[in-house]
Amino acid sequence: MLSRTADHLFWMSRYIERAENLARLLDVTWQMSLVPQSLEAGNQNWNAIIALNSLEETYAKKYSTVTADNVLRFMVSDPDNHASIHSCLRLARENAHAVRGTVTTEMWETLNSTWLEAREKSFEQILNAGIGEFFEWVKMRSSLTRGVTLGTLLQDEAFHFIRLGTLLERADNTARILDVKYHVLRPQGDEGATDFYQWGALLRSVSAFEVYRKVYRDVITPERVTELLILRDDMPRSLHFCINGVVKNLDLIANGQSGETQRQAGMLHAQLHYARVEDILAHGLHEWLTDFMDRIYLLGDGISKDFLVPMSEAA
Amino acid sequence: MNFYNEMIDANGGVRAHYQGYDEWLKATPPERIARKRAEADLAFHRVGITFAVYGEEAGKERLIPFDIIPRIIPSAEWKALQSGLRQRVTALNMFLHDVYHDQEIIKAGKVPAEQIFNNAQYRPVMQGVDLPGQIYAHIAGVDIVRAGAGEFYVLEDNLRVPSGVSYMLEDRKMMMRLFPELFAKHKVAPVQHYPDMLLEKLRAVAPMGVNDPTVVVLTPGAFNSAYFEHTFLAQQMGVELVEGRDLFVKDEVVYMRTTQGPKRVDVIYRRIDDDYMDPLAFREDSSLGVPGILKAYQAGNVTLSNAIGTGVADDKSIYPYVPEMIRFYLGEEPKLNNVPTYMCRKPDELKYVLDHLAELVVKEVHGAGGYGMLVGPASTKEQIEHFRKLLIAKPEGYIAQPTLALSNCPTFVEEGIAPRHLDLRPFVLSSGKCVNMVPGGLTRVALTEGSLVVNSSQGGGTKDTWILED
Repeated sequence: MLSRTADHLFWMSRYIERAENLARLLDVTWQMSLVPQSLEAGNQNWNAIIALNSLEETYAKKYSTVTADNVLRFMVSDPDNHASIHSCLRLARENAHAVRGTVTTEMWETLNSTWLEAREKSFEQILNAGIGEFFEWVKMRSSLTRGVTLGTLLQDEAFHFIRLGTLLERADNTARILDVKYHVLRPQGDEGATDFYQWGALLRSVSAFEVYRKVYRDVITPERVTELLILRDDMPRSLHFCINGVVKNLDLIANGQSGETQRQAGMLHAQLHYARVEDILAHGLHEWLTDFMDRIYLLGDGISKDFLVPMSEAA
Repeated sequence: MNFYNEMIDANGGVRAHYQGYDEWLKATPPERIARKRAEADLAFHRVGITFAVYGEEAGKERLIPFDIIPRIIPSAEWKALQSGLRQRVTALNMFLHDVYHDQEIIKAGKVPAEQIFNNAQYRPVMQGVDLPGQIYAHIAGVDIVRAGAGEFYVLEDNLRVPSGVSYMLEDRKMMMRLFPELFAKHKVAPVQHYPDMLLEKLRAVAPMGVNDPTVVVLTPGAFNSAYFEHTFLAQQMGVELVEGRDLFVKDEVVYMRTTQGPKRVDVIYRRIDDDYMDPLAFREDSSLGVPGILKAYQAGNVTLSNAIGTGVADDKSIYPYVPEMIRFYLGEEPKLNNVPTYMCRKPDELKYVLDHLAELVVKEVHGAGGYGMLVGPASTKEQIEHFRKLLIAKPEGYIAQPTLALSNCPTFVEEGIAPRHLDLRPFVLSSGKCVNMVPGGLTRVALTEGSLVVNSSQGGGTKDTWILED
């Protein structure tokens, strides 16, 4: 497969996955803000979203204050914000456009019509229709894209690069959601109804509420939430699950120069495979997640160098 | 002017080959038609069958309007056309081989030497280069119009990178999806095997000694007006769609950059003009091409389709000589008509043209896409005077032809159904001695009332083209 084609496929799947996870993150923040809390705590939540994506500068150019409305507008439909859902859907479509001969007709049509529809929605229209509905729509379009990929695409190299992009992006995004919510929730603090709703919202944001009930059949505790989202290898949005898939797909596309990237992925996998939640929490979850996200970044970098950036002519 | 109507005869009756369609149209409720037309629009948008228009906002895409009234051609007429196209394209390929080898036709005095050597499309670098099967134009898109009392004329031989075949295929698919009952009622010759036929031809002209050639489609990129078609053809043939930056040349061999390292490329169906193919040989500022590819081509290590330098045979200044080529190479009389053409470089013909500007169509010799032309009868005095100045300043840059009374065909427009002018572009594929084409081609229709310019860049639309089998 052409390196450039692989690059477009990888980023196509990353952007649609990013749009979905952003919708999930915004949705949970929005829902959390509906539960009574101090103004300060509320603002902190919205601030965290900007900080998480390192968008402070871009944001400050357009808005003077951090409010729910501004942050939502900025992250949902601002075309100037390259990290907004609007931009992610556009970029997913642009990458698909560049390889529309490689993806199936159904895949292209799905990504193209997602973008065409998104382009028509102004922020006001989204608000009027209910912003929750919009987040649902984004999640459904992402699910549809994934489903149509699974249901129509030949499982060759193209498929492996798409899966690689999806899983790497999801691992990163789940880590981010957990990181930004966990430190706001202060697990040592007073237990009460608020906490229950907050943890519940976090679980729902990664479609893990019912999963949690099924797995633990018990009250929601921060330790178990952490375990579920990091260590369970059968939970499709957990870090362990994602890295399993990354390792598997990397093995399937391996070439003569990808050994080091495969080794890095294997190390990360081993770490998740043998980790204990007590140790992670003792180490400090925020520190642990920061380290994890750094290593995801390096993995992405390695994949680019090994497969996507055109190899030297001498190769 | 009287126009030949493809559907209705001079007495107002429906022509025999349109009778089935006419009955269907009369029996179908207008609401259903309207609904289906909207459905077609939506489907074309969703599939993204769009066309980027030059001169408008960068990257802007527009739909090519699709009309649901097909252009129907009876089998006997098509057979005559097909045999004429075979003859013509065969002669054009022989001409190209001759021009780049022994130049017998010049020696015989049939085509003036300066018409070839002074032509910007003549490529000296191709002199003496041997090509597989001696074929230059593997894909030709010959524009045919019907005029006068119904006779066909060749308007243009497009031998460089003719486009539009994807619309031919998508129009058929759309028509079958919208109105399957029509196809149950009519025996319409199928066209969907075009990509297979194309791949077979491309494989057949691979460099000597390559048994299982790697074929690719080379596109200028996503912002090209015909990008949809490039992706479509690559996908339908199951080959890679590459850009110049995906290819490189090492030791006169072309490779593509893949996730598993470099892979050799044998046949390139290129959708980039000669000028942009190789910055080392042609335009230095081209970032679309592949440095060094010409050397690999001259060494016979890769096939370019179409060949470099085919433009010397489809240029408007060479067009008047095509009938002579057919006689010279094949010893046959041309089966298809040429439009009488005045060559403005000849003083007496220039004089005639200047005296009759208001009746003639004047075309730039190197123009294409309906740009840079004057349709005398449809032009203002100012436009005519503007062209008069251009002609006097650079007579060799223009030819002129009588304004043809292009045939028309009923077409859905805002006011309802009205006749609109159209042409036909069959796609003729050649390899060695074999010349093939799928029945029909792309029918383009000028949607503006009275307009004779059918190019999609000028707001033209398309129709499904039916060759009815007996």
